[in-house]
Amino acid sequence: MPKTIVCRCEDVTEEDLKRAFERGFRDLESLRRFTGFGTGFCQGKSCLCHAARFLAAVKGGDDMVSDPPRTRPPLRPTPFAAFAGALPEADAGAEEKP
Amino acid sequence: MRDRADLVIVGGGVIGLSLAYHLARLGFSDVVVLEQGYLCFGASGRNGGGVRQQWSTEENVLLMKDAVRRYRRLSQECGYNIWFRQGGYLFLARDDASAATLEQNTKLQNRLGVPTRLISPAEARRIVPVLNLEGVRVCAYNPTDGVLFPFPVVWGMARIASDLGVEINTFTRVTNIDVRGRQIVKVVTDRGAIATRRVVNAAGAWSPQVARLAGVELPNKPYRHEILVSEPVKPFLDPLVSDLSNGTYFSQTMRGEICGGLSDPAEPSSMESGSSLRFLSRMSRSLMRLVPQLGSLKVLRQWAGYYDETPDGQPILGRVDAVDGFIQLNGFGGHGFMMAPAIGQLAAEWILRKAEHPIFSTCDLGRFARGEQRRETFSIG
Ligand SMILES: Cc1cc2nc3c(=O)[nH]c(=O)nc-3n(C[C@H](O)[C@H](O)[C@H](O)COP(=O)(O)OP(=O)(O)OC[C@H]3O[C@@H](n4cnc5c(N)ncnc54)[C@H](O)[C@@H]3O)c2cc1C
Repeated sequence: MPKTIVCRCEDVTEEDLKRAFERGFRDLESLRRFTGFGTGFCQGKSCLCHAARFLAAVKGGDDMVSDPPRTRPPLRPTPFAAFAGALPEADAGAEEKP
Repeated sequence: MRDRADLVIVGGGVIGLSLAYHLARLGFSDVVVLEQGYLCFGASGRNGGGVRQQWSTEENVLLMKDAVRRYRRLSQECGYNIWFRQGGYLFLARDDASAATLEQNTKLQNRLGVPTRLISPAEARRIVPVLNLEGVRVCAYNPTDGVLFPFPVVWGMARIASDLGVEINTFTRVTNIDVRGRQIVKVVTDRGAIATRRVVNAAGAWSPQVARLAGVELPNKPYRHEILVSEPVKPFLDPLVSDLSNGTYFSQTMRGEICGGLSDPAEPSSMESGSSLRFLSRMSRSLMRLVPQLGSLKVLRQWAGYYDETPDGQPILGRVDAVDGFIQLNGFGGHGFMMAPAIGQLAAEWILRKAEHPIFSTCDLGRFARGEQRRETFSIG
């Protein structure tokens, strides 16, 4: 049986989604948290739509995803060093005692 | 959905579910849990998973000793791997006041059987060689503290509770609590009503709103707390490290990510849950001061949740004067996850009248009116 990969970063297959669904993870956010799709390097940019389509299909087709997981910053993985100088005015309190 | 229950729990976070789990294991499952979102929607699905016994009061040290014991066996009990890793907690003190606090706490913890040690920065560097401890005076290290992965704790407790007969309804919002005279009679949701005489308010940051449905005012306030994770790297960090000078904490997850946050004294009380560049910037700076090599590590994701804060930093537990059958289990600030298994057990025994525990009379809502505020001096983050 060929495998259908849903999330390449975290190596999640359609089988994994099916199993999770059978265990009761039946909304997109729970499915994401249980299987880990969308939590890797690309943060869901390539897999979220596949997972949403899977869910719509198993739930009967007309179940539109109304509240998809939020895309969380940063937009792409970025080194800590790039942010360390980002907002000098936010400095207050970061190093001294609050 | 059932239309009656002996007890209704509002909130499917770790506190509500730990109560349901422990009640069910004691043979009491005429219980309905109501959760407005999915399980893990609230703070229980957004936290750092830190579990420590390094506290400043006897009550909290003993509570957390018990919680650690319970977390050690939870994976086996609930059939989910909660990834509890006891790599320790390492606190860093930079000034006299924090150094004195660590010293005092260590004595108390040792007396209560927690093996915390005060150690020098040089010794701390033997535990975490990459740490830059310039300016650090003294450290406290307890090797039996640790971190866990929160989601499977929530799912595992939910699963056992429901196997034992508790009904858990997700995407079900409580919209009213019907009180006749002084007695609760009914909980109304957007999916129907449940007749009941007992309601537990385990709604975390939403608990003041839920209390108001029954005409009760809570002094709790919600505060946003932000957190982030990096890309995964090879394991190099055993303990969770926490810098007391600004409330920074970070640990390495079992997936290899660095996960952490810090306090922000400028954060106002709100139900704002967005992510800020301010946090990202302050956290990056603080982390790079402690571990300069992390500068090239990439941030993968940041998010936020709420701390449900009370005026004295201790939870609100037990009955309220005005309404019979209305039980509070909320106000856990930044440490409700670690306390949940111990609190759930105590509350279950107390509700079933199997055991009394002083915490339900000293930590009740009435303490504020009685002027008996409690002070735990060691809340972080
Ligand atoms: C970023 C961050 C990091 C943290 N780090 C740690 C840590 O390292 N260690 C630790 O121990 N703690 C930590 N905490 C704190 C910890 O997460 C909380 O104390 C704990 O999860 C509280 O659990 P709870 O069940 O009380 O609340 P929640 O998990 O918030 O659950 C309450 C639930 O009630 C539901 N609800 C609210 N109103 C209604 C309604 N009207 N009807 C139905 N349902 C309703 C909500 O949807 C929510 O799911 C952290 C918190 C945050 C935000």
